[in-house]
Amino acid sequence: MSLDVAFWILAALCVGTALAVIFAKDIFHAALFLIVCFFGVAGIYVTLNADFLAAVQVLVYIGAVSVLLIFGIMLTRDPSKGSPAGKLRLPAIVVALALMGVMIGSMITFDWQTTADTSKMVSTEEIAGLLFDENGYVMTFEIAGLMLLAAIVGAIVLVRKE
Amino acid sequence: MLADYGLLALFIIVAILFATMLPLVALALRLAGIGAKRKPNPHKDTTYECGVQPVGKAWVQFNFRYYFYALVFVVLDVLTIFLYPWATDVKGLAEFGLAAVAVFVAIVCTAYVYAWRKGLLEWK
Repeated sequence: MSLDVAFWILAALCVGTALAVIFAKDIFHAALFLIVCFFGVAGIYVTLNADFLAAVQVLVYIGAVSVLLIFGIMLTRDPSKGSPAGKLRLPAIVVALALMGVMIGSMITFDWQTTADTSKMVSTEEIAGLLFDENGYVMTFEIAGLMLLAAIVGAIVLVRKE
Repeated sequence: MLADYGLLALFIIVAILFATMLPLVALALRLAGIGAKRKPNPHKDTTYECGVQPVGKAWVQFNFRYYFYALVFVVLDVLTIFLYPWATDVKGLAEFGLAAVAVFVAIVCTAYVYAWRKGLLEWK
């Protein structure tokens, strides 16, 4: 029961801040609202017992993606003007509504597989067991390291070009 | 289930209080503004009444070099994500887990050593 209450508070928080992101006049305020929205999503993951996903959400989305977003705003020439919708306002509304319709329609009509079992209490250790096991995904894990290496080297190349 | 995250629930309560405080503070300031006497003078209206005169706008375009540090930070952040599940069960994962993480950290650190050797961590 308390889980339902938590879900509705978090859902209201997410939807409210997501709307605030769209309607905020100042683009910097929009970014801050987006961070609160990410927090709400992390909270929903917690109520679903997806603790690892919640940690990833907080670390990557709130910690890193928001930093990148705010840096992007800082690097913009005239951020105080925000993003004027201009002529594309009406087409953008039509496309966004169509996409929303398709997504909601597919979510409602899709035959979701459900199980009576509740998920494991702590998923992080299970994930660790899979990730760091000889017969698990240890190779994929190391390849992810290579991908991070490529990301930094790419950033270095971009900065050095000037 | 939610009891396991008691501390998190506490944070949520704090967040809700924080959210309700913001309009309350705004209301209090508005009420104070109604009763206040206004005597504007040019010196009083400056940004820092007893400080340095502000020059230009607060919105300036920052040097794009800062973005490199942001990207480096993101990579470090993702590294943390992979260390976190390992840290929850260090003993259970034993030597193999330690070796896997060591190789992973070594791969990522190569990038930092490269950036350091290229002099990119210094501000020019």
